[in-house]
Amino acid sequence: MSAREQILQRLRQRQGQPLQAPPCDFSVMEHRDWSPEEKLERFERTLESVHGEVHRVNRAQWMDRLADVLSTRGARNLLASTSHWIGQALRDAQREDLPPLLTYDRPIEGWKPELFNSVDASITSTRGGIAETGSLILWPTTDEPRLMSLVPPVHIAVLDARELYPTFLDAMRAQHWAAGMPTNALLISGPSKTADIEQTLAYGVHGPKELIVLVIEDEPDSSP
Amino acid sequence: MSQSPHQIDVREFHPRAQAAINNPQIRRNFRKAMDGLISKRKLAFEEWDLESLRTLGANVRLKALSRLPELLVQLEQQLVANGIQVHWANDGDEACHIVQAICARRQAKRVIKGKSMVSEEMELNHYLEQHGIEALESDLGEYIVQLAEETPSHIIMPAIHKNTDEISELMHDKTGTERSHDVEYLTASARQQLREKFMKADVGVSGVNFAVAETGTLCLVENEGNGRLTTTVPSCHIAVTGIEKVVANLEDVAPLLALLTRSATGQHITTYFNMISSPRRPDELDGPEEVHLVLVDNGRATVYQDDELLDTLRCIRCGACMNHCPVYARVGGHAYGTTYPGPIGKILMPHLLGLEETRHLPTASSLCGACGEVCPVRIPIPDLLVRLRQESVDGDHLHPARVRGHGSKRSKLEAMAWRGWRWMHTSGNRYRLGTRLATRLRALQPRQLGAWTRYRSAPRLARRSLHELVREHQNQQGGPQS
Repeated sequence: MSAREQILQRLRQRQGQPLQAPPCDFSVMEHRDWSPEEKLERFERTLESVHGEVHRVNRAQWMDRLADVLSTRGARNLLASTSHWIGQALRDAQREDLPPLLTYDRPIEGWKPELFNSVDASITSTRGGIAETGSLILWPTTDEPRLMSLVPPVHIAVLDARELYPTFLDAMRAQHWAAGMPTNALLISGPSKTADIEQTLAYGVHGPKELIVLVIEDEPDSSP
Repeated sequence: MSQSPHQIDVREFHPRAQAAINNPQIRRNFRKAMDGLISKRKLAFEEWDLESLRTLGANVRLKALSRLPELLVQLEQQLVANGIQVHWANDGDEACHIVQAICARRQAKRVIKGKSMVSEEMELNHYLEQHGIEALESDLGEYIVQLAEETPSHIIMPAIHKNTDEISELMHDKTGTERSHDVEYLTASARQQLREKFMKADVGVSGVNFAVAETGTLCLVENEGNGRLTTTVPSCHIAVTGIEKVVANLEDVAPLLALLTRSATGQHITTYFNMISSPRRPDELDGPEEVHLVLVDNGRATVYQDDELLDTLRCIRCGACMNHCPVYARVGGHAYGTTYPGPIGKILMPHLLGLEETRHLPTASSLCGACGEVCPVRIPIPDLLVRLRQESVDGDHLHPARVRGHGSKRSKLEAMAWRGWRWMHTSGNRYRLGTRLATRLRALQPRQLGAWTRYRSAPRLARRSLHELVREHQNQQGGPQS
């Protein structure tokens, strides 16, 4: 008999009282009735409390702010998507105040040392944010692969303020996650950190040392 | 390279505890860390209706356990449909063999590991090294513990027993890092060394915090990013987990995550919450081409048989019970000599190792109840400690006896003494005769009463029993008052 059958048989042979679980009442996690401004404030406050940086920008300015952020850090290059509107806009703009744009256009095996050692910053989109915990939701794609938000020392994420959900539960429900999960879904809430040495916080232990969020706030009708 | 827990005799709890208590450095390190964690947890739950949230957490776990075999089959079906390969292991050795066989098939020589307590339970590093495979821990705390050839002293913060000086000295000896008090410098040095290892690793091994049956999703909670690197960079990812980690629905993850990170470190959420549902798809540019899940039983199905002990399986491994335990805070994690230390270890390890080995653990508690009060899934840890104490000295009253090593602490002399006590206390005449004799012969009472009189003076028997005094009093007053 295989280990699988043995384990399942042991579990199914349980003789004790039939196990009954009381109903799960999720109301303690529901009804965070925050206004858009409250959500944004909370998101900002929570993410900044864990060393994240939040910039509120409008759709016309975001690239200026990005250029500022990159130049103050002396970034020599920026890894960006090709087909997402963020990457496209950056490529179309051909701005001189932005560093050269890099492209993640081949399997990781083909450029591991380069990605690990010579990319200074990356910019990705997000599928939304979570106000309560100051989290970003990312579902990496072919255009914005998994390591893009992890390996470069600076990660810049673009969040549409309209896609800010009160809680993780709200986001999961509103976006119907249970109907089909991607290869990898992520919540990112700050830069990589550790407190494993005497409870002293240190950033950038394995992932980015800095997480910078550009929150785009504008009128609903001005979307691209 | 790493020390095998098998080399440690779990039964030697008392000498280890004594040594830890006499070591001011250990006591300072733990006290400082535990005090910090207790206050951070309190702050993190400030805005919450914590009791309702704990009830929800407990019910979500109960829902999963009440349908455990069905959910495991559903999890397997979903994972396989998503392209993830599923393996089952009766015990740690079988699980180690499964991991090693995957490595051998892929001719993998270098394994990088994310934090996994189940892999500690399996002694996986030791096993892989015996088979010529390098297994390197990448969580900073685990990395430090591995450099020191020790085992974790806390399930969330493995190197909590060491201070910066000790870690600096260790890294200097083992990796040539310059001595420094600067934690940022030490962390950066570890990052440098581990990045090389990530690039070259053939296989990544991780644990799992929650496995979602509904969608076939493996969830990992972490702050460092080493878990994401482990599960993304190497071409093969092997996740190992206990069979109890399954949850029914994706939504169930929300309350458990909210409870886990706040209970563990007082964080609203960890930096990364990583949900993996499939290997790299043909059009994707990174992620492992193979993903495996090893489901490990290792005594859990036996615990599942018992209506009371079953509660142990609700555990989400937050470590809050150890952070709040007055015994753990004083003796530290290594004194226990087990993979899982502290209160949860005291109720978990007897199932994994048997009561004969772990006989001293259920009694290493003042039953103050703090662990039960803070447990995010309401495991009645103090009740289970009492139950295990009973199991360890029981003759054959508990039917059926569940825990291996049942009755192994039973002493004939003690059992006889209690039988005598019962015999005396169940008859008025015998009781009166007994107390009369005891009070009249009190001069014969020994002055030294073993451990009791090491720090206390011996209690003295009274000249007359209370019954006698009352009777005398009533006689003087002329009969009982009504």
